Formats: sequence, structure tokens, C-alpha cells
Amino acid sequence: MKLRLATAAALALTLTACAPSTSSPSDAPSDGGARTGTLKVWLFDEPNRAPKEKVVQEAIAEFTASHPDTSVDVQYIAVDTRSERFKGAFNDPGSAPDVVEYGNTDLPEYAAAGGLADVGALADADLTADARASATYEGTLLGVPWYLGVRALYYRTDLFQELGLKPPATLAEVTSTARTIREKKPDLFGIAVGGKYTYAAMPFVWANGGEITDIDSAPARAGLKAYTDLIAPDNCPPQQCADLTGGKTVDLFASGKAAMGILGNFNRAAVDAGVAKGKYAVVPLPGVAAGSVAPAFAGGNNLGIMKNAQRPALAADFLTLLASKKYQSKMYDAMGNLPTLKSASDEIAGKDPFVKPFLDTIAAGTKFVPLDPGWGKIDSSAVLPTMIEKVATGKASVDQATADAAREIDAALTK
Amino acid sequence: MRSRFTPLWLLLPAGIVLAALFAYPMYQLGLISVLDFTQAQVSGGQPTRFVGPDNYTRLLGDGQFWSVLLATVGFAAACVVATLAVGAALAVLLTRISRIPRLLLSLAAMAAWAVPAVSGSTVWMFLFDTDLGFVNQLLGLDGHNWFYGRWSAFTLVGAAVVWAAFPFVMVTLYAGISAIPGSVVEAAALDGATTWRTFWQILVPMLRPVLAIVVIQSIIWDFKIFTQIYVMTRGGGLAGQNLTLNVYAYQQAFASSEYGLGSAIGVVTMLILLAVTLLYLRTLRRSGEPL
Repeated sequence: MKLRLATAAALALTLTACAPSTSSPSDAPSDGGARTGTLKVWLFDEPNRAPKEKVVQEAIAEFTASHPDTSVDVQYIAVDTRSERFKGAFNDPGSAPDVVEYGNTDLPEYAAAGGLADVGALADADLTADARASATYEGTLLGVPWYLGVRALYYRTDLFQELGLKPPATLAEVTSTARTIREKKPDLFGIAVGGKYTYAAMPFVWANGGEITDIDSAPARAGLKAYTDLIAPDNCPPQQCADLTGGKTVDLFASGKAAMGILGNFNRAAVDAGVAKGKYAVVPLPGVAAGSVAPAFAGGNNLGIMKNAQRPALAADFLTLLASKKYQSKMYDAMGNLPTLKSASDEIAGKDPFVKPFLDTIAAGTKFVPLDPGWGKIDSSAVLPTMIEKVATGKASVDQATADAAREIDAALTK
Repeated sequence: MRSRFTPLWLLLPAGIVLAALFAYPMYQLGLISVLDFTQAQVSGGQPTRFVGPDNYTRLLGDGQFWSVLLATVGFAAACVVATLAVGAALAVLLTRISRIPRLLLSLAAMAAWAVPAVSGSTVWMFLFDTDLGFVNQLLGLDGHNWFYGRWSAFTLVGAAVVWAAFPFVMVTLYAGISAIPGSVVEAAALDGATTWRTFWQILVPMLRPVLAIVVIQSIIWDFKIFTQIYVMTRGGGLAGQNLTLNVYAYQQAFASSEYGLGSAIGVVTMLILLAVTLLYLRTLRRSGEPL
């Protein structure tokens, strides 16, 4: 009996001694850390990585030439599992990288976790205000915007010419043009839209004066209705389109199954690989009034320094080099990534007319997701796609679906 | 010298292993479920806070949780019944066919069993793809989306689940049936029992211990279904119509790093499964001799 008691006591002791694991973030060395050794860098893997890798190799060669006794170890991490990798790096300072590339929508979550260092001193004065804002969390710049991606309206010039259509000048004309095409060519979709394509739906909401944080307001509802009306048999039937992702709409446009699509500057290569190559043009997605532009989502990636970086001084030098005008321009040539520095983007606009509609879209003003750690929750629990799909499939009215979504968004943001 | 403590001594090594592997994680699960525990707390950005039953009241007060729970129970029940029916029918078939067909059937079943869940689900998804799917081309249903309707999507996922789970039932029951003395079945046949009657009144009662294991395993597997739903309905179907409890937990809690809420869902799932299993074992005991 004594033995059983002893065992129980021993067990109880071990158990109460174990609280859930919490690591305390070690502060970066205040002297800037070692100036030699291996700098660890994480960049995003891409479907077509070779050109990106080539530019990065050039930057590394330039960096190691001016910094003796250093080497740069670049790891390309998968975008799908980035969240796990970053959480791991925040929790285990020993294995954390120094410089990281991260998606700008992930910023609030990483900031709340206390994982990123202030890089305010490294930002170029030439950065556009929208880009700077998208990397600022509670007044602190936690990343240097590296490149931007925005979406605009791609359309098939050959079909428009054949049917005697003009590129739409208002959102209402987008709808009417799409219906005309579908009517004349029943095996085509007028404009490829999808229930899971949030970043195509939000410009409709924003153009009508709505906001994500106020999704059940009258303007937001009007915008959502305009978008979901496109997921209908007279343009893109719900059976085929209600569950489409952004990537699928790119496929539809590239393969010639849709006459229009809301695609990004970063989708150019995919479209050129399909039958639509050479038969399309791009205009900014129009707004409600003629001549206006619907605010686009300012997607893009930042370069940041981890708070527990071992070599913050070296990291700052490498980040500055990679985010410089020279390498932003090289990245545009390699990957089509829009530069965040005004001088670099002006230069590109001068030599490549393709980027003009995208730069016009940026110049007209872009929007961003709420800068709040709760955005991660809204995103991962698919609040906005669920809302769009409910309306598109007739499971709920616009009012009902937006009321549900607003409740979930409020709950996530106020928590 | 034997004392009454000897069994305890002998059980101690197994007890220590079990405590380390099960009791400690369960304790952590319970502890985290009463804390406000997100990524910020894990990486030390914010202090951990005790919130008592908050995670549970949030969960139980969420209307979607209840509808997802109901869908999960219905879906799991249908899958368990279908898996057992297919598995048992094929197990009986195995005992009645000659060597070569038996080998072929076993091999086919083993192959289905060996396919990783993600690959299996992806293959099923491709077969039923809206534009390029083999099934649509075969039936001439161009542009029919099998995952558009809630029931049609659940049925397809259910079929994929049964396809992956029946081999285990089949093999286990076949082993059980093979162990039944031939004389018993022969005696029944001599008395004029039909195959149907032999199955229900001779085989099933004798297989009760094996059946119990198979049923409990199936309930636990099918209740916790994740991969097939996540892959085939792209994370819960149109507007979340095909969410099951595990996918819901992943979406609501783990993908957004709300580990406290996720642990609460885990605890609730565990309690439900425990209750179902105990109830099942109890009815089995009542209806016959102890297992």
C-alpha cells in the first residue's frame, strides 16, 4: 500500500511541475552580433524558382565580396507550411534564421508573437506610402516591403474585337459585358470568378465603399451582391464556379475558357503558357463611377529580421542589399514582381508597358486586410469564402450571409 | 515469495510507459484547454492566462459546433455501418472461394489499404473532377460538380472512407471466421440452415469479441475522419457544408494557433468517443456472456 501511495505522490509531483511549454524570446545581441560566419536566410519557394534563385545568388556574391569571412545559407521554404516553420523559429531561437521573407498578410500574427525586429532604420525614403503602411504594425515598421502584387482585369482582345465590345469602364459594365459574351458564346465564361477567390471579391466591396471590418454595411452588401451576381448561369454557373479558387480562374483564362479574369501581374507567365498568349490585354479593374479604379488588394512580401537573429548587423546589411533598387529591378526581370521603390517602378514602367495597368491600380490607391492578429483566424476559418459561397449557392441571402460573417469577424478582431 | 503486491510490481513497467505516453499528453490537453493559449503565449510574447471554462463555453455556445457535431455523428455512423457490411460480406466471400480468386481479392484489398489517405483521396477527387474526371466522361455528364450538393459530396467522401477502411474489417473477420471449427458450420448445414441464417446465428455470436474490436476501431476512426474530407472537399466543402469535427477543429483552432480552443475541442471529442465506446461495450456485455 505504501508503495502505491509513493508512486501516486511521485506521479502527482511530476505532473504539477509541468506547465505548458513557453519559450522566452532571447533578445538579439545588442552589439549587432558576430560580423563573420554564416548568415541564415529564409525565402519563399516559388513554382518556378530558378530565376529567383539566380538573382539571390548574385546578391550573395556581392554581399560576401564586401563582407569577408561570411557565407549566406539560403533556405527556400514552402509557402503552404510557412506558418509551421515560422512558429517553430519563434519558439526555438537556436534554429531561427536571421533574415526572412514573409507575406504581408502574415505580419500581425508574427508581430503579436513578438518574432520580428524593428527595421525602421533600414527603410528607404523612396518606399511608397501604401507599401510602408502594409509593413507597419502598431507604429513600428517590422519589415521592408520587397515587392508588390496587385490584380487587374485581363481580357481577350480577339473575342472583344469579334463581338464589337469595348473594355468595361465601370463595374456595372464588367457584369453586362460578361453576360453579353456568355450569351453570344455559351461555351465560354464571361468573366472567371470563384467563391474562394476573396481577393477578386473584395475590390467589388471596396469600390462600393464597404470595408472588411464592416461587411454588413449597406455599401459592402451592394459590393458583395455585384460580385455574387456574377456566379450565375448567365456568366459563370455556381455548379462550376462556386468553389473556384483564384488559381483555378487563372487556369480558366489561360486555357481560353473565360473571356475575362481578375488576375495579378504575377500571373503573366501562367497566362502566356496557355492559349490566351498574345490575345489579351490588361486594364485596371474599374470602379463604380466611369474613370475610377476599384481599390485592389495590396498583396506582397516583406523582408524582415528575426528578433532572435544571431547576427542582426550582418542581417541588416544583407536585407538592405536585397531590398535595394538594383535587386528589386532584377527581381522584376526574373519573376515579374512589382518593386516597392518608386524610382525602380518608374524605371520599369518606362520600358515595359505591361506593368502600366498594375502601376495605375497602385497609384489609384490600394487596400489591405485588417492589420490585426485576428486576421489569421478570419483567414484560416474561411469566413469570407464561406460568405461568398453561401450567397452564390443560394444557401443564404446577402443580408444573412454578411450578418454571419460580420459576427465572426468582430469576434476574431476584438479577441 | 509471493505477496499481494506482486501483480502491482509486474504491472509497473507497463504502467509507467502508459502514463508517459497517454496520461501526460492528456493532462497537458486538459490544462491547455483552460488557458488562453495562442502562438503569442507559446513564443513568450504574452503571458499565459487562466481563463477557466471560457474555451468550453465559447465552443458550446457556437451554433456551428453543434451542426458540425451532428453531421459528424451521422457521417461516422453511416461509414461504420457501410464499412462493416462490405467488410463482413467480403470476409464471408473469402471463405467460400477457391485459392486464386481469394488471393486476388486479398491483394486488391491490401492495395486499397496500403494507399496513403492523401493519395487515395486525391485519386478519388480526380476521378470525380468536374471538367476532366473519368466518371463524368464515362457518364457523359459534362460539367457536373459532384461536390456541389451536400449529400452527394458526403456520399463520395464516405465511399472513399469505406474503400480505405473495409480491408481491415475484412481481414480481421476472415481470421475470426477461419478460427471457427468447421464442424460447427457443417453441423448447421446438416440441420438445413441457410447461409444467411448460419451467418447471423452461428458466425456472428462466435465472432463477438472480434466484432467488438472492429466496431470500436471503426467508430473511432470514422469519427475522427480528417484527410478525406480535407482533401476531397477542399477543407470542408462549399460554405462549410461538409465540415466534420476534426476539420472544424483544425480550421477554428490549430490553423489560427488558438491552442486553448483546439484543446477544448479535443477534450470534448475524447469524452464523446469514450462514452460511445463504454456504451457499446456495456450493451455487448448485457446481451451475452462477458467478452
